[in-house]
Amino acid sequence: MPQVKILEEVCKGCGLCCDEVCPVDILILSPNRINSSGYHPAEVTDNGKCIGCGYCFKICPEPAIEVYK
Amino acid sequence: MKQLFGRPNGLTDVLQRYCPGCGHGIVHRIIGDLLIKLNIRECTVGIAPVGCSVFADEYFNCDMIQPPHGRGPAVSTGIKRARPDCIVFSYQGDGDLAAIGTAEIVHAAARNENITIVFINNAIFGMTGGQLAPTTLPGMKSTTSVQGRDIKKQGYPIKVCELLAGLDGPYYLVRTAVNTPKNVINTEKALKNAFVNQIENKGFSMVEILSMCPTNWGMTPVQSKKWVDDTMMKYYPLGEYRNRAKEEK
Repeated sequence: MPQVKILEEVCKGCGLCCDEVCPVDILILSPNRINSSGYHPAEVTDNGKCIGCGYCFKICPEPAIEVYK
Repeated sequence: MKQLFGRPNGLTDVLQRYCPGCGHGIVHRIIGDLLIKLNIRECTVGIAPVGCSVFADEYFNCDMIQPPHGRGPAVSTGIKRARPDCIVFSYQGDGDLAAIGTAEIVHAAARNENITIVFINNAIFGMTGGQLAPTTLPGMKSTTSVQGRDIKKQGYPIKVCELLAGLDGPYYLVRTAVNTPKNVINTEKALKNAFVNQIENKGFSMVEILSMCPTNWGMTPVQSKKWVDDTMMKYYPLGEYRNRAKEEK
């Protein structure tokens, strides 16, 4: 099964991956977590639904997203 | 587990100091990816611009040079002529390429120099604090056009792809964007063509990339992504302006 991994310390919480990019809509900006730079990183809500398309990785400026299979 | 997508080896492990939502990082990642995929990392010399991406020499995992403002195409010409075995790319923003470096880019294109230009167009001067750039849209607010760009005072924006397409020299001119995954994939293809043209000694290739600058536009990253779609693309239409490879077929 494909899996998305967010590198929380690298993420700047821009939210580009969270808005209409994920076809299965499993990425959100974390409401609770905060990284050492003070950003709310992106969070995966349900990794079981991931289809491994890599759109989130392609739009990520850092890139703070890795996709595994 | 096998990694499908991840940070390419063409980029160093240094954290990029761009604002959240900036398009520079996406283009850096694409170039870093291509350096590995085309197996040219060892022989590539990159030209870092003046602007937000002035620290590009720390981010790309290849040899880099940082010339004065706007002189990227001139320095690229020198390197390429002295060392034709090197792959040379010049990474420039709109203030760098379209304001201070207009003469250099026009003449490099007219000479059909065998170099690759990566041109990031975000319609504003980013690092210096959001001043009016030659590419700022009519009516668009910046810190030096607080009422919006008035075409009677500041003139019309420069459309660099259309400008260079008026010359016979350039081999490949294309405009893409990085605001959606689809556009990012098109940008990947365009940049690959631009580097392959240079490897095959075809001549001058430029990829103009419409990019987001949420901080200076005064928007959230998600709003700026939509603004590129709704406003910027109407003034700067995407597409190929010159592709000699297709014309020759």
